[in-house]
Amino acid sequence: MRFVDEFRDADKAHALAAKIAALCAPGRQYKLMEVCGGHTHTIYKHGLEDYLPESITLVHGPGCPVCVIPMGRVDDAIHLASQPDVIMTSFGDMMRVPGSQGSFFDAKAAGTDIRMVYSPLDSLKIARQNPDQRVVFMAIGFETTTPSTAMTVLRAAAEGLGNFSVFCNHVTIIPAIKAILDSPDLRLDGFIGPGHVSTVIGCRPYEFIAREYGKPVVVAGFEPLDILQSIYMLMVQLSEGRTEVENQYTRVVPWDGNLAALNAINQVMELRPYFEWRGLGFISHSAMRMRPDYASFDAELLFQVPGVRVADPKACQCGEVLKGVLKPWECKVFGTACTPETPIGTCMVSPEGACAAYYNYGRMNRHRVVEVSIS
Amino acid sequence: MTGRTAPDTSPGRRGGWVDEALREHEEHTRAAMSRPKTAAPEREQQVLDRIDKARRRRPKIREERITMSHGAGGKATRTLVEAMFLDAFRNPLLEPLEDSAQIHLNGSRVALTTDSYVVSPLFFPGGDIGDLAVNGTVNDLAVSGATPLYLSAGFILEEGFPVADLNRIVTSMQAAAMAAGVQVVTGDTKVVQRGKADGCYINTAGIGVVEHDVSLGVATAQPGDAVIVSGPIGDHGVTIMLARGELDIEADIVSDTAPMNGMIADLLGATTGVRALRDATRGGVATILNEVATAANVSVVVTEDKIPVRTEVRGASELLGIDPMYVACEGRLVAVVDGAEADKALAALRAHPLGEQAAIIGHIAEEPPGIVLLKTAFGGTRIVDLLVGDPLPRIC
Repeated sequence: MRFVDEFRDADKAHALAAKIAALCAPGRQYKLMEVCGGHTHTIYKHGLEDYLPESITLVHGPGCPVCVIPMGRVDDAIHLASQPDVIMTSFGDMMRVPGSQGSFFDAKAAGTDIRMVYSPLDSLKIARQNPDQRVVFMAIGFETTTPSTAMTVLRAAAEGLGNFSVFCNHVTIIPAIKAILDSPDLRLDGFIGPGHVSTVIGCRPYEFIAREYGKPVVVAGFEPLDILQSIYMLMVQLSEGRTEVENQYTRVVPWDGNLAALNAINQVMELRPYFEWRGLGFISHSAMRMRPDYASFDAELLFQVPGVRVADPKACQCGEVLKGVLKPWECKVFGTACTPETPIGTCMVSPEGACAAYYNYGRMNRHRVVEVSIS
Repeated sequence: MTGRTAPDTSPGRRGGWVDEALREHEEHTRAAMSRPKTAAPEREQQVLDRIDKARRRRPKIREERITMSHGAGGKATRTLVEAMFLDAFRNPLLEPLEDSAQIHLNGSRVALTTDSYVVSPLFFPGGDIGDLAVNGTVNDLAVSGATPLYLSAGFILEEGFPVADLNRIVTSMQAAAMAAGVQVVTGDTKVVQRGKADGCYINTAGIGVVEHDVSLGVATAQPGDAVIVSGPIGDHGVTIMLARGELDIEADIVSDTAPMNGMIADLLGATTGVRALRDATRGGVATILNEVATAANVSVVVTEDKIPVRTEVRGASELLGIDPMYVACEGRLVAVVDGAEADKALAALRAHPLGEQAAIIGHIAEEPPGIVLLKTAFGGTRIVDLLVGDPLPRIC
């Protein structure tokens, strides 16, 4: 299939893998973080780690939109959804995320009207079809999905649609990366930069990572060869002692980002003073809320939102997994009490979550598998 | 802010399944935790072993209410079936949880099966709920080695449902029954108030006789066996999804709904090496392969680029982030065949119009038991696990 198979060519992968192995300094260990959950998913889905030498470890980062939503926000959303005449719309990824009293799926089974949409614009369609009800869109995601929420609000404003609002949980990637860089637990050698976020924000916002923290960044695409090539580019920088921001995903990511999308976000939303991230705690200026001009679309103002902070179950180590301090299997409850069918932590829910990816695709002993593949 | 206080999260008082799961987890791991710390690879293996044990534990329904996942054919469905239905009805005929039960009656072997159809929309490219309801039940009988003979049909209709639509459905059921060589010999009709059902639901049950001297079952798979699919996978599921019109994607594909009894009879006539046949419906090929791996305690190793998938299905799946391996088919089977007989089986399938694109997609291995491994087209290896739920409800 065109535009897909070219990026999954096993021969090219073998060639790249050999070049990567040749760049590894003897005795040195490399820890590279893929920031984006989409990359984590690709890595496991295609078995990309099979191509990497043992001295390179991929650390899975915080860039999974579902994983960073704290339990309290899920409770708030379910509270909103259970108000009279409310239809809540949400991306499918959110449906299984556990709050303290259950997930959207459980709330739906108990009678609240929660519907899955593929695009926020579908929420407007639902709002038009149900003029007597109030449609609330559960907005989540990094800068990748923020513009589509902003555009939806602009469209609703232009149409004068009075029964649509947004429960805004949009977060921004840079403060999260900074929090990880400032975390004493972790020593990283470089970053595989988030490709989709960068289509919106461009590559400049990462420059501080190279300049102030001395770590190379390569913005990467989402096919397996994209990621392998980005690892190669990082290894070249490390072997040459360079620390720069490079763009592997040039076919999609403009260096300066997408100005129209950024303008739309700016018009509708502003930074919150602080926001709670699952496992990372409160990070200042790390999330978006609706501007006062668009208050009539802000579900947090239209409804009473409890806003209660809910502590994660003690045994849940999603925070450490999100920061890359723990590998998924090192979590105390991984795969036993916490599984994709009954997830305790968010990392086990989304297909982009590190735990779910590892459990669904990577849960095997590589040495034994290599033997099987050879036989 | 309202006056609501934070939910009490102290252990034991919330009473949720999380606490229960954690308590259980503590009990099971206390012994393991007391062992001295070992090097990372061994520790990872210990964790994998612990997970393996947890997966083999008796399934337990943790939800308080039925959710859509319970009907999706994945892990949640399996848990519901095993912990609720099997537990209540347990008997030796039900226990294998095959597509149909095999009953010995006065010296002959009879196969009995039932299935309900709630597909939405009722009419879709390549078929409708009527032929689906016949083909699905015919196939459940045929994959257990039986010759399908008689069907029952139960209709649950919603007040206000157009008679013309019902006529279309019934006409297509009769045509499908003719094509499969079966008769609808008994039935039932119920009507419920408007809003209490979605137009038309159909239940069919079927019986057939087992003429070949075969005993098929996924538990009989052995290392060295070949794994075959009878054609391109995922057509039905993707067709239904696109037919709902929610995605604004158009593609030139039609459902693969078809009766497979003719093709299966040819296959069983051509070789005695067939160990198991399964109809790859809800949960797709991946779910069947997992059933084989679990039931026979073997590993199933399949190669991604050997699995036939139409470009349209692959394209739609890529766009939507779903894996064709999990998408339902309604006229495709997965066969586990003695390795020495694989070519003969493949030739027999390919000689039938429904099996023209049949392919050997992998083999059964000893290690690691209970696990399905996929060699990706990219050259890596990964697990193919059961899905928890289906992104596409009401597919059949």
